[in-house]
Amino acid sequence: MKKRFSIATVANTVFCSLVAFSCLLPVIHLAAMSLSNEDLVIFGQVSLWPKGFNLSSYEYIIENSAFWRSCMVTLLRLVTGVPLKLIVCVMAAYPLSKLDGSFRHRSLFVWLIFFTMLFNGGLIPWFIVINELKLTGSLWALILPCAVVPGNILLLLNFLRTLPGEVEDSALIDGAGRYRILFRIILPISKPALATLCVYAILEHWNAWFDGIILMNSPDRYPLMSYLYYTGETISFSQKSSAEIVDAAGMGRRTYRAAQVFISTLPMLAVYPFFQRYFTKGIVLGAVKG
Amino acid sequence: MLTTRNKPVRRKGGIYRSDNWAYISMLLPTVILLLMFNYLPMAGLLIAFERFIPAKGLFSGSQDWVGLRSFSMAFTDPLFPQALRNTVFLSISKMILYMMASVGMAILMSELKNSFHKRLTQTLVYIPHFISWIILGSAMRMMFASDGIVNRLINSLGGENVGFLTEPGPFSRLLIVSDVWKEFGFGTIIYMAAIAGIDPGLYEAARIDGANKPQQIRYVTIPGISHIIVILSLLNIGGVLNSSFDQIINLYSPNVYQSGDVLDTLIYRKGIVASNYSLATAIGMFKGGVGLALTSLAYYLAYRFADYRIF
Repeated sequence: MKKRFSIATVANTVFCSLVAFSCLLPVIHLAAMSLSNEDLVIFGQVSLWPKGFNLSSYEYIIENSAFWRSCMVTLLRLVTGVPLKLIVCVMAAYPLSKLDGSFRHRSLFVWLIFFTMLFNGGLIPWFIVINELKLTGSLWALILPCAVVPGNILLLLNFLRTLPGEVEDSALIDGAGRYRILFRIILPISKPALATLCVYAILEHWNAWFDGIILMNSPDRYPLMSYLYYTGETISFSQKSSAEIVDAAGMGRRTYRAAQVFISTLPMLAVYPFFQRYFTKGIVLGAVKG
Repeated sequence: MLTTRNKPVRRKGGIYRSDNWAYISMLLPTVILLLMFNYLPMAGLLIAFERFIPAKGLFSGSQDWVGLRSFSMAFTDPLFPQALRNTVFLSISKMILYMMASVGMAILMSELKNSFHKRLTQTLVYIPHFISWIILGSAMRMMFASDGIVNRLINSLGGENVGFLTEPGPFSRLLIVSDVWKEFGFGTIIYMAAIAGIDPGLYEAARIDGANKPQQIRYVTIPGISHIIVILSLLNIGGVLNSSFDQIINLYSPNVYQSGDVLDTLIYRKGIVASNYSLATAIGMFKGGVGLALTSLAYYLAYRFADYRIF
């Protein structure tokens, strides 16, 4: 009896390890290709370890100004978009965490937000509206339309409801206004939830690509992920500038492509261990976040 | 479905009123942004009933009214039923497999004895969720190409080349499996939390009654997390028409439209690429309408049968 259990335990350990390892395979494969000789890659010789080791694809990236320009756009998007998301979310979640009795119009605002989770106008009207608002081509198009995330408001709201009400009451008696209470009392004790939201916001902005493609008009304003899509193999855009065609020629080499894509995963993989405990907390708190 | 806490506790005098205004002013940015980027586009659904010319402006009132013509065009286009069928087939297959894989993996991981190994496994299986489809799509296009590493492996084992990216059958299986692979690990988070919340006394009692490990899983673990399985499955109903756009657009090609073209990609090609705004809006409105019905149904069922409430 005891013996059979240990076999099952070993089998389970091996199985879980294999599954876990499989989750890294594509990234390892990309890294191996990026460090290999182009011909060996084309003939399918490279799997998980570089062959014909060389750094030429990385030298190419260092000189590729379009790549670095798109990194700058992403960076700009992060430093403006993430604080915006956080502020909007905090200022919405705090009043909504109140009871109907102390915030008279609460249910109106709840429905206003909730309805957007049920229905939306779809891609085309959204695109046309942003066009009409004259936002296309500017950084605003990348940070304003995605600033409100109902799921994140819900998450923070659930967290705020777990805080003891006495803290707030005492500040109220001392004569603090609602804004002062929110920013001086509530926020400092909400750091774990804010860290979770911050992680979400960074990931959302880092991985967003579609808005860049359809809203940014010209490739030199694309954020990193949109740039990678644009230079990818499957697309053929009609309005390519000459500089971009040169890029595209370089991208024809699989090792270059692999190197660019691999480099783009590195920042996220580097911060990932720090993020992990926050997003697991957020999942359990938000329960509906997917 | 919306929590309403009754019995207003009013405080005396002016504090109440000024609080209300403070709250409303805090919600102002959210309201303005929602009006601009969520409610204005809903009004923009008018495009579906017009022969829309962007230069004339969205709300100028000078567009030609064509009634339901875009809808009849959309519904008679053979691409539409094909995309609808693919969307429903792909999302339902993904949902079922995803749920089984997440629950199964969560149970297996929770049985791992060594806590370091457990944490490491968890860390690794969450990773794919955070890698965007741009990156994964690039990697997969290289790995699954006819001369890619996967086909080399199949060849060396004596198999025929498989057209993962070029043949409709293998392509739809690739879509399902790769999406489940990307997301199942992340799905384990909620089940792991649920399993961790099961009373250890139940396992002890089961052991005393002579239950072995599989029986403990069958009669303690699964009933212990069934509530959360039911809620998440019900909430999934609302997303049946949302097939993973990011994934498909990064992998598909005209060769595999037959099994890989979904409503979202069809809307994108018709609307953004071909600038046929009215037609694409009509398809989008169909998708939004069905989505509204399904999501409402999902929340209602989750509320009715699992006591789930939001806000």
